[in-house]
Amino acid sequence: MSIGWLSEHVREEIDHWVAKFPDGRHRSAIIGALQAVQHENKGYLTPELMDAVAAYLDLPKIQVYEVATFYSMFETEPVGRHCVSVCTNISCMLRGSDEIVEHLERKFGIKLGESTPDGKIFLKREEECLAACCGAPMMMVDHIYHENLTPEKVDKVLDTLD
Amino acid sequence: MSDDIVNIEINGQPVTAKKGQMLIEVTDRHETYVPRFCYHEKLSIAANCRMCLVEVEKAPKPLPACATPVMDGMKVFTRSAAAISAQKATMEFLLINHPLDCPICDQGGECELQDLAMGFGRDVSRYNDRKRVVKDKNLGPLVSTDMTRCIHCTRCVRFGQEITGIQELGTVGRSDQVEIGTYIERSVDHELSGNIIDLCPVGALNNKPYRFGARAWEMVAKPMVSPHDCAGSNLFGHVLRGKLKRVVPQDNEAINETWISDRDRFSYEGVYSEDRLMAPLIKVDQEWREASWAEAIEAVRDSLRTGVSHEGDALGVLVSPNATLEEMYLLNRIARHLGSQNLDHRLRRRDFSDQSSDPDVPSLGMPIASIDSLNGVLVVGSNLRREVPIIAHRLRKAALAGADVGFVNPEEYEYHFASAAYVDAPLDRFAEKLAGVVAAAAETTKTNVPGSISKILADVKVDETARSAARILSENDRSLILFGQIAARHPNFSAIRRLAAVLAELTGAQLGFLPEGANAVGAHLAGILPHRGPGGVELEEQGRDALGMLASPRSVYMLFGMEPDGDLADCALAEQALKAADKVICFSPFVTQSLLDCSDILIPLGTYAETAGTFVNIEGAWQSFDATASLVGDAREGWRILRVLGNELELPECDYQNASEVSDALAAELGSGAIDSALSSRAGISLQSTDVADLTLDVPMYAIDSVVRRGKALQSTQIAAETREGGSEA
Ligand code: SF4
Ligand code: FES
Ligand code: FES
Repeated sequence: MSIGWLSEHVREEIDHWVAKFPDGRHRSAIIGALQAVQHENKGYLTPELMDAVAAYLDLPKIQVYEVATFYSMFETEPVGRHCVSVCTNISCMLRGSDEIVEHLERKFGIKLGESTPDGKIFLKREEECLAACCGAPMMMVDHIYHENLTPEKVDKVLDTLD
Repeated sequence: MSDDIVNIEINGQPVTAKKGQMLIEVTDRHETYVPRFCYHEKLSIAANCRMCLVEVEKAPKPLPACATPVMDGMKVFTRSAAAISAQKATMEFLLINHPLDCPICDQGGECELQDLAMGFGRDVSRYNDRKRVVKDKNLGPLVSTDMTRCIHCTRCVRFGQEITGIQELGTVGRSDQVEIGTYIERSVDHELSGNIIDLCPVGALNNKPYRFGARAWEMVAKPMVSPHDCAGSNLFGHVLRGKLKRVVPQDNEAINETWISDRDRFSYEGVYSEDRLMAPLIKVDQEWREASWAEAIEAVRDSLRTGVSHEGDALGVLVSPNATLEEMYLLNRIARHLGSQNLDHRLRRRDFSDQSSDPDVPSLGMPIASIDSLNGVLVVGSNLRREVPIIAHRLRKAALAGADVGFVNPEEYEYHFASAAYVDAPLDRFAEKLAGVVAAAAETTKTNVPGSISKILADVKVDETARSAARILSENDRSLILFGQIAARHPNFSAIRRLAAVLAELTGAQLGFLPEGANAVGAHLAGILPHRGPGGVELEEQGRDALGMLASPRSVYMLFGMEPDGDLADCALAEQALKAADKVICFSPFVTQSLLDCSDILIPLGTYAETAGTFVNIEGAWQSFDATASLVGDAREGWRILRVLGNELELPECDYQNASEVSDALAAELGSGAIDSALSSRAGISLQSTDVADLTLDVPMYAIDSVVRRGKALQSTQIAAETREGGSEA
């Protein structure tokens, strides 16, 4: 059975999410489940993993695909191991996020939405307001916020990654 | 006036409405049209297309009529300047990404978007950017896709979630990237999936076999009745210059609501199969040659006269349960006239030992629509979704509304609702397992069972599943036993049916039958039975049943609308009997090698699409229809052929001018005598285990009759593939 793709830890995580919703509303646990699965799978989802989640939650597969393709935090193709998301929404844009993006793209020779060939860096395609407007422009690297960015500051953060 | 009624005003007209109703239901009822795409009477409300915006007094913005509940004193304007400008604006947005390919779109002429664009669209687009393009999906052999045309109304998605219970399509992606699809390529496989073609308001989902076949406005729609199962779904056949181009549902709330099965929709391809018999054929000195109709009828007459001259018993007549009532009545008259009582339509039945207890007609015993409101149903021996998809849909509705539904089946078929009990009844122990349920019912209801079976029940094991199956019937006041085709084909049928009857008696449930074919009830009325004449009148001299007339071979056979190598319980037996016969006369739309091998005269018969006739469904509704399409080749309507044959055989009073005169004659013969759908079974039974190892009791959905077997698209579906491999089903 495809449930076999899910680790013990992920299953516990899913159970935890299921418990948060009323009976029969476990469809709502898909987001939490996919986050847990993606985290364990180098930051992206595969059809096998999504099918496993569907099987574990006893939902039609397509309902899991729907969620996975809807939310920008889920990736359905292999990506680099460090996820860099630059906010390009209004406050950040006014404060120069375009230059940050340009700098990143030049630095790694890839466009937003692509990963470096060595599999190290993934530039998330278009990120909307991450609620750190007061520190604009900002980016999120592997879930950690970095604010008031300049190209130099970006370099400093990213060059320390392994 | 009760609290449930509210008064509102639509365009200045005062009307009343039920509390909680959505505005669009009220406007629809008062024939005030509000444009819509996503709203559909049979589906949940999504309110995502925004086409139905109307002005409501005191509301700051236009409101969607499909998702706005009525409130007392509401004043609604559907055609005011504000309403129309909102509707026009929505239309403009919808058209931004919709291709302008109506001239090459099959939906053209019957497209809701096209129609509304005529009413609400601008004639010049203000949008100058690039339109988005969406890749087409491959959804299998039945539904074609042009996904760029999709307006994301999600009717097709909700259909899967709500009607079939298995969501096959979904909305993948988001915002301007959203697409309807399956994500991982796969076909839509549910046996009702074809309905998404009708639901899709635009040309995104269409009829694949029909693709580019005709334009909607060139065709004439003619009412038809489903020829494949006992529900008798209402259809429209769309005909272009005499040719049936496609089949769509005809709304009938009492039977099929607004749905039809894929089998009913796509089987018409079989009508135009390459192996249609184009002219009468006669075998002379082992050589086949074409014959004129006059010659052919004479040959049939002579074969019957000579073959049957001494005794009628020499003739055996096997009739498809899909034949029309008119054909059946005439066959009955001809056979009896020749002195033969060897007449049967129960082609796949194996056990006739208790046929004297048969009900007059094998009916459901209640209107089809009342299945929805049952609260307990036990399905006995039926792969229901495959046998009668429309009844399976009704059953699912009942289950979702809270009914307990249980099964006594050889296999746990998927129903997409939770079953209240599943009694695993392998074919060789089927009767025994059902007896367990009967014993459980006797135990719970503390009733004595008839002596003849009490002994048997004493020996069967009653387990918890049997008890819960029995409770489904005994603890619900509106309960039904649905007796299916696997049970009817079982070698132990008589015992199984007797047990079901006792179970019904004990629990107060109704016993309803789901006989094979579109017209099994009609066959009973018309007397296509060896032991009964029209109307269930018991015959003094009884004939041989379908199996009996093959087991002891006759010298002359008439086969009507059936294929001896596909439509019988024991095809090998038939082959032997037919080869040994002096004359075999086949009335068939098709010609196959095996028909050529076994028969002597082949008469080209019009199919269901090419003949007028009547089918009687399991609720006893006589549904008559006219010929939809022109006859292929030199084929003729069955009732006409038989009428001429009747004249040749000097059958008295056989000068019918049209099909309805034939059915009127039968109706007159039946008189007003009540038809008894109750079983009169009193026979003793035995539970010997039967050897069923090599029997196919679950006849595949798309192998059930000669027309379906020739439906190309149906034969390439997943359902057909799975049943060919004998694997399990989704
Ligand atoms: S494919 Fe048709 S039915 Fe489905 S969402 Fe698109 S427009 Fe609606
Ligand atoms: S706009 Fe960038 S964080 Fe809010
Ligand atoms: S019909 Fe009301 S929003 Fe679509």
